[in-house]
Amino acid sequence: MTIQNSISEPGHLTVENILVAYNDHPALDDVSFQVPHGTRVAVVGPNGAGKSTLFKALVGLLPLRRGRILIHGLPLGHHKDCVAYVPQREEVDWKFPVTVSDVVLMGRYGNLGWFNRPGKRDGLIVARSLEQMGIANLAREPIGDLSGGQQQRVFLARALAQEPHILLMDEPFTGVDASTQEATLQLLDQLRKDQVTVMVSTHDLDLASKRFDQVLLINHRLIAYGKAEQVFTPETVTRAFGKHAMFLDKIVVDDCCPPEMFE
Amino acid sequence: MIDFLLTPLSYEFMQRGMLASVMVGVLCAIMGCYVVLRSMAFMGDAMAHAILPGIAIAYLVKGDLLVGATIAAVIVALGIGFFSRQGSIKEDTAIGILFAAALSLGVVLISTIKTYALDLTHILFGNVLGVSISDLFLTAGLGLVVLVTIVALYKEFLVISFDPVLAATLRLPAELLRNLMFVLLALTIVVSLQTVGVGLVAAMLVTPGATAYLLTKRLTTMMLIAAAIGAFSSVTGLYFSFYVNVASGAAVVLTASVVFLVVFLFAPRRGLVWRR
Repeated sequence: MTIQNSISEPGHLTVENILVAYNDHPALDDVSFQVPHGTRVAVVGPNGAGKSTLFKALVGLLPLRRGRILIHGLPLGHHKDCVAYVPQREEVDWKFPVTVSDVVLMGRYGNLGWFNRPGKRDGLIVARSLEQMGIANLAREPIGDLSGGQQQRVFLARALAQEPHILLMDEPFTGVDASTQEATLQLLDQLRKDQVTVMVSTHDLDLASKRFDQVLLINHRLIAYGKAEQVFTPETVTRAFGKHAMFLDKIVVDDCCPPEMFE
Repeated sequence: MIDFLLTPLSYEFMQRGMLASVMVGVLCAIMGCYVVLRSMAFMGDAMAHAILPGIAIAYLVKGDLLVGATIAAVIVALGIGFFSRQGSIKEDTAIGILFAAALSLGVVLISTIKTYALDLTHILFGNVLGVSISDLFLTAGLGLVVLVTIVALYKEFLVISFDPVLAATLRLPAELLRNLMFVLLALTIVVSLQTVGVGLVAAMLVTPGATAYLLTKRLTTMMLIAAAIGAFSSVTGLYFSFYVNVASGAAVVLTASVVFLVVFLFAPRRGLVWRR
């Protein structure tokens, strides 16, 4: 009944030498890294560096031109329900006629399989996920009526309901209020207890170095991967962000922030 | 008043017409919810026109018109899916090309038929009063297939429409489901030919769904409201057509349009009147 039970084996994620391209323009090239299970990784890079592309490749939404992605040592597609993805808010059609609980219930669809209807257990998991994100009172609201922070919590609750082994979040800290940001970070702490591997893309380099185990710095290619203090050196940051970045008292500032756009 | 409602039903052709219209009204409205939400209105209209050659060929070889239309519609549905999937042209461009080509082919074929003008009118605007018993059975059968599929695949269609990324993480065969939806749309259009015809089917697909969208924010409720509007418009339109002696398909579509206008102006909270 708990998230722990759903994790039968330690999950680990291996990315080997992948190439992802949009119409012959490589968005990611020659990227390799490995994430041990339960690790919390911040994915950092300038706009258009391929952060969203990386996540979309990890969920199998974009084809790999080269290389491979292994989860628990097996290629994508062998694990129906173990990767959850929290999209950027701009990617969601907020006018679609669904309620908050409808959206969270979608997180259970992977466990249900074809033609089966959600049962009591799914209802309980949805209720608990809503409770955990503090939006139980909004369950029957249409998603279009929510504030930005509430919208984000809906998708976090859905990710929880998926009981994932690996959770990917695209820019969850962009454009949300402080309490939603805190709720997101608390969720990350909770997931750590459950040994869920988490990858979060962010522009907030300070947050990345303080609240994450590892930092993955990319700009079409992998620039550095490891602990924050090893990753954020003047040399790597300049390679990633070019001249736009600067060090201000050991804090890196970049010139973000409109969301990345891809066709 | 009772007489007013019962008189038309004493005619057998009106009974059959009424039954066919209500079935088509409900079916179009439910399928139409996905058409509205996935912005497939243009595709629905194009598909309707693109089945003309199928009808014409069936007519020329003296086969069943609905069978010809069904085959043509499915070919066009999968054709649009195929051309736009390659990514080299956009979906609406693919639709535009296939639509015009198939329509032209249809007109060329039909113009070789002697009673061309009359037949074309029936195909374009429907002939609900000419519905036969076997048409009714075919309508009911195809309609049932579409509705059962929509109910059985409710979860899957909801996810591919609302969140394609989730569909990918769930490993749903999105391409297959999308094509299946096109085929269901094609079958719906074929069934509608008898009542509203090629020219007006897009309205029956879009108008009830768009009206229902203004009244609710849940997909299942939206489908039920749309179905009710579809059925109401069909019945009202047919009575109107009987007493005023106007084209039935157009009367049905006009009724649905009036309902839309009323809801657009007066819908609780969202209506134009309250928003001022």
